[in-house]
Amino acid sequence: MPDHNHDADDHHHDHHEPLVVEDEAGNIEGQILVDALQNLLVRQNLIAPGEVRREIERIESPGVHLGAKIVARAWTDQDYKMRLLADGKSAAAELGIAVGEAQLIVVENTADTHNLVCCTLCSCYPRSILGQPPAWYISKAYRARAVREPRAVLEEFGLHIPNHVKLRVHDSNADMRYLVLPVKPTGSENLSEAELTGLVTRDCMIGTSEAAMPQA
Amino acid sequence: MKHRFDAGDRVVVLELNKAGHIRTPYYVRNHFGTILQRCGSYLNPERLAVGDVAGPVVPLYRVAFQFGELWKDYSGNPDDVLCIEIYEHWLRAANDPTAAQTN
Repeated sequence: MPDHNHDADDHHHDHHEPLVVEDEAGNIEGQILVDALQNLLVRQNLIAPGEVRREIERIESPGVHLGAKIVARAWTDQDYKMRLLADGKSAAAELGIAVGEAQLIVVENTADTHNLVCCTLCSCYPRSILGQPPAWYISKAYRARAVREPRAVLEEFGLHIPNHVKLRVHDSNADMRYLVLPVKPTGSENLSEAELTGLVTRDCMIGTSEAAMPQA
Repeated sequence: MKHRFDAGDRVVVLELNKAGHIRTPYYVRNHFGTILQRCGSYLNPERLAVGDVAGPVVPLYRVAFQFGELWKDYSGNPDDVLCIEIYEHWLRAANDPTAAQTN
């Protein structure tokens, strides 16, 4: 998404959305407010010291490795895949992966269908199995354009979806969360389940990429 | 709570003109789609936003819209669909001409 041209007029910058910038002392206004609120809550014994840090650590500890484990199992076990597509939360629990969200809906890519996930309203994302979403996922540009011109967006990610392939874009605007089950790459037939997890990237579970064998 | 709709039903998203916290984006309002599945029933986010956790729960559906229906200039596969979750009180049957419900 290219920047607009500043050479044309001597227009003022007031109408632009301000970037988050630290002042010379390293302060960010929003952070100042958060720190003050946190100090007050601790002082009032409403939260314990370190409780926020522990909660952030808990929220940030899931990661792509959990989603990759689910995908690799689905690639190697057809019965598991059927259970996963019917009830993602229960199937994840079979692998010892706890899904905190209401339900996990797993959408399968095939030769004639490609899935893409977004959240137009905010940043809903299957955090309990993928961790925190990437910055582009929560950008206004992605949130607006994924449901308006998804094929153009995918081209910008370097993913060309042929026109005969049907696109399904999932706007996770309420209680469900979505995981894309990518197509198992050709050439991966001899890989073990553990080796297959190494082929599963975050972006192929969102839908902006496809799983592929490593470049030789 | 009894579900009004089932997979395959043709529905239209109402414009309820409600203020406050809404999980039904503008771009699907007044558009026709097809119910994909029932998602269960959940507390209404419009009420949760103001601290009302008492309920009742509201049925939630995944609804599919053809991209060509949402955007007149859409150029892609005509079978490309947008799937989104809509709470029951925002939906009416496509062939039901009665006035919008208020909830």
